[in-house]
Amino acid sequence: MSEAKKIVRVTGVTKDFDLGKIVVHVLKGIDLEIEEGKYISIMGPSGSGKSTLFNMIGGLDKPTSGKVFIDEVDIAQLDAYELAWLRCRKIGYIFQTFNLIPVMTALENITIPMTFAGVSNDAALQRGMELLDQVGLTGRQSHRPSELSGGQQQRVAVARALANSPAIILADEPTGNLDLSTGEDIIRLLKELSLQRNVTVISATHDYKMLNVSDQVVWIRDGRVDKIQQRDELDIKTGGLESAAH
Amino acid sequence: MRRLVALPFAKSFQMAYQSIRVRFFRSLVTTMSLVLAVAFLTFTQAGNKITTSLVLSQDPAFLPVLSKIGYDVNPATADSTSTDNIGSSAKQRWIVFLSLLVCVVGIINAQLMSVTERFREIGTLKCLGALDRFIVRIFVMEATMQGLAGGIVGALLGALVACSESLFSFGLSSLAYMPWRAIGTIVLYAIGTGTGLSLLGVLYPAIVASRMLPVDAMRVEQ
Repeated sequence: MSEAKKIVRVTGVTKDFDLGKIVVHVLKGIDLEIEEGKYISIMGPSGSGKSTLFNMIGGLDKPTSGKVFIDEVDIAQLDAYELAWLRCRKIGYIFQTFNLIPVMTALENITIPMTFAGVSNDAALQRGMELLDQVGLTGRQSHRPSELSGGQQQRVAVARALANSPAIILADEPTGNLDLSTGEDIIRLLKELSLQRNVTVISATHDYKMLNVSDQVVWIRDGRVDKIQQRDELDIKTGGLESAAH
Repeated sequence: MRRLVALPFAKSFQMAYQSIRVRFFRSLVTTMSLVLAVAFLTFTQAGNKITTSLVLSQDPAFLPVLSKIGYDVNPATADSTSTDNIGSSAKQRWIVFLSLLVCVVGIINAQLMSVTERFREIGTLKCLGALDRFIVRIFVMEATMQGLAGGIVGALLGALVACSESLFSFGLSSLAYMPWRAIGTIVLYAIGTGTGLSLLGVLYPAIVASRMLPVDAMRVEQ
């Protein structure tokens, strides 16, 4: 057996969207294995199917054919209850549009997943405060999302994704709605957390800032895996670009 | 190991309450249509009961007013047929039924909109591990709270208007013949009807919303 555990395995996944008159083949057979504890970026032009792939891995949508395994469990075989459990405990989601619950405060947003996981109220509040500290939002616990900036909202979303100590964090364009430096902060935060907690981070993105921190980059083109690059291959490439710029 | 996903009752109550409080104005509009329908229902029912008890009293002070309004005050027929007619004239039942029907359509519309504007929120909750029935439960609780509030306000308002109307037409002496117990029963029934209508309005949109795939729910433009 290989030395690293495969936390996510995708085999032959296709996804068609039936638009009535025409059927759009978004994913045309994706095979992918992701090792535990790695920071993976799924890169590709818009419309290449990376968000669709992201949704398949997260169990948010069902593939037309093929299988997705999380921790060697085929998620198509799970019932609603087990799927909810998987989303609650195993996976943390971060979205481009933050998707915080607008009527709840920052702290309440972070504690919802813990409530679903059956954590007692006091323990959830305490852990929520610790997470707020970790993402650099000390003292902001009673602010509503509308009272926070985009970067702060995304930090709350990162804290929420970490609430139940998931094995995987799925981030769909986490920096898409943020300015350059705020986006870098979020990327750095994700990378630090990934290293500290041995969490697998999978982010769909077309933000090239992500490349510097990625262990592996999966390039998606036209519904297929174009190429998979390891970090050392990338370093040569970016190094080459930098020297060309000077 | 049992794979447990839970939402304690108190927590879902808190979420529902918070949601109403933050969207107070929208909730108020939904509740208002309920208040009006329940008030109308209580008003007609309680008004009938009051008039019936006045007719049955055969007090000479009320008879001219009663016959002027159009009631048959002949003692021979009063206790058999006409009193029944006061309580349940087909026209009145029809009007009450129509007003409730309009109210239900209004509530379903308001609840559909309030559920639709929260699709993204519902999708997010499902991503965080909420089961379909958590979503339904939160919406049902919201509807129950709105239904109870609207029902209580509406029923009291209707009963109050019915009582003051009879005081106005028949004078203070009619107070002696007020069927308080019957009015109380009507108020309770009206509150129950209001809550039931509110639940009826929210169930369909809530069940539809809870069954959506998270990705579909979150794709909705806001």
